[in-house]
Amino acid sequence: MKCLVPIKRVIDFNVKVHVKADGSGIDTENVKMSVNPFDEIALEEAVRLKEKGIASEVVAVSVGSNMVSETLRVALARGADRAILVEHVRELESINIAKILKAIVQKEMPVLVIMGKQAIDDDCNQTGQMLAALLGWAQGTYISKLTVHSKDKKVEIEREVDNGLEVLTLALPAVITVDLRLNEPRYISLPNIVRAKNKPLNIVTVQQLGLELKEHTKLLKVEPPVMRRDCIKIKSVKELVDKLIDDKII
Amino acid sequence: MISKGILVLAEHDNHQLKRATANVVSAASQLPGEVVVLVVGMECEAVVEAVSHLSQVKRVLVCEAPSYAEGLAENIAVLVAEFGKAFSYVLAPATTYGKNILPRVAALLDVAQISEITRIIAEDTFVRPIYAGNALATIQSLDPIKVMTVRPAAFKAAPMVSSSAAPIQKLFFAADLKLSHFVTRKSSIAKGPELSSAHVVVAGGRGLQKGENFGLLEDIAQKLGGALGATRAAVDAGFVPNDYQIGQTGKIVAPDLYIAIGISGAIQHLAGMKDSKVIVAINKDPDAPIFQVANYGMVGDLFQILPELSQELAIRIDKT
Ligand SMILES: Cc1cc2nc3c(=O)[nH]c(=O)nc-3n(C[C@H](O)[C@H](O)[C@H](O)COP(=O)(O)OP(=O)(O)OC[C@H]3O[C@@H](n4cnc5c(N)ncnc54)[C@H](O)[C@@H]3O)c2cc1C
Repeated sequence: MKCLVPIKRVIDFNVKVHVKADGSGIDTENVKMSVNPFDEIALEEAVRLKEKGIASEVVAVSVGSNMVSETLRVALARGADRAILVEHVRELESINIAKILKAIVQKEMPVLVIMGKQAIDDDCNQTGQMLAALLGWAQGTYISKLTVHSKDKKVEIEREVDNGLEVLTLALPAVITVDLRLNEPRYISLPNIVRAKNKPLNIVTVQQLGLELKEHTKLLKVEPPVMRRDCIKIKSVKELVDKLIDDKII
Repeated sequence: MISKGILVLAEHDNHQLKRATANVVSAASQLPGEVVVLVVGMECEAVVEAVSHLSQVKRVLVCEAPSYAEGLAENIAVLVAEFGKAFSYVLAPATTYGKNILPRVAALLDVAQISEITRIIAEDTFVRPIYAGNALATIQSLDPIKVMTVRPAAFKAAPMVSSSAAPIQKLFFAADLKLSHFVTRKSSIAKGPELSSAHVVVAGGRGLQKGENFGLLEDIAQKLGGALGATRAAVDAGFVPNDYQIGQTGKIVAPDLYIAIGISGAIQHLAGMKDSKVIVAINKDPDAPIFQVANYGMVGDLFQILPELSQELAIRIDKT
């Protein structure tokens, strides 16, 4: 069973982001970039399936500029067997990313696509569901547990939903998107970083995939939100309750 | 653009309409065209009845089939895409329900999906938070059908009007792709109001040290008629179930009062609560970032402050 794991390069979750002064976007110059944390969890899950003898191969794929190959090397060090970079410069909407991933799926024929439930930059939470729709496959989103029943060609998943947990079975092939509590990704060892340098990383272009991508949205501007408040330091519980009553909050 | 109207996908559990639907209806009423609500499920008469009494709703479409009973995205998306293509907008709440189904609908319609809008600027222009709410993006849609999830906390809920009811129309369209199957649901039964729509939220973090200590928060929440919430750290540590999580990857809340207890204020947590009207922070570390977004801050040991607060509230709040 082959697993495909889509990876997105994003600003590291520990970095405080700054909106560019001209409102055109977020400053990414000299900012630490990392694998989207959810994608790390997806990759870890795929690598564990391989270690258990369930997955035969783990292929990482990413869409972006050639800088993304650095991110894919990290994925290879984390245990992916090989990687594919689909080169593209413009920021793409999730629907276009899903179309690219569909083309890759049709080439690679994985049985399971494991991906993050959202990217921590645009917070869209769409691509997995869209890919599943375009392929006509089952989807399992926000999963915190995965059990593969290869013989019956299905997986059982536990999903984190607003009112608790939900258990579903999905027919294979399927797309699943992972939540934070599925696993804890391991640390990358030095030998694995060295090994990653020799693993195959193929580059293709959108044209080579035979795709024509439409523009669906235009980003007009990006602004910082109002976040800070002037915090009044309160000395006693009585004073706090006084304030809240004065403000007619309680 | 001549609007062909707005289709809102209602969220429910076949028995009860989820409140978030009323918030989406209110967002929909800011857009040009008629607001039509689609209820998909099985034996959901009570939900249909409730929807028909939501103010602003012009028509209710109902489609019932066993394959829709458990909210499976694959089946529902086919139906929503089929009927949605006659509209200019297809909206759903940005809850785990809406976020699961709507991208699938958009892909079937070959359009983009705009996630979690918080403001409507024009008929094709919307604001949505990005980077855990550290930036706001204004986005123009170029698609003929705008498929969007709406952040419930950003729009006031449409009220119920008992005096009139929108007409109800039955649809017969049973999609059953048999791709996924429902096995079971494990709901955590929280006392008090629903977290996403509560007026008061009392939230705890890793500072609580263990699950039992959430009893201290429960006591305060009960006195204030509020709901309990938590950080990811508290959920990961097993103090409370996953559906208590507030933040970038949990629930988004904007209550009148948010009390953050033993919470450091990581940006991923702030993403879920910074739009609350009044924020109170209780933390023993005076430099904790949570104080930067708080209106009132108390520096001290929560294990000392909470029992005092509970006592003070018992005296001061009139329970009538
Ligand atoms: C991709 C990603 C997504 C994430 N999504 C979310 C999310 O949705 N929601 C979320 O909450 N987090 C999320 N996180 C995690 C987030 O980064 C923080 O790790 C988390 O919010 C910290 O939780 P905390 O404040 O409870 O714990 P800590 O940061 O450990 O803070 C505990 C606080 O308690 C205080 N304290 C301790 N003892 C006492 C005492 N006796 N009295 C008073 N104060 C005390 C301490 O001073 C400290 O400030 C996410 C992280 C990542 C990487």
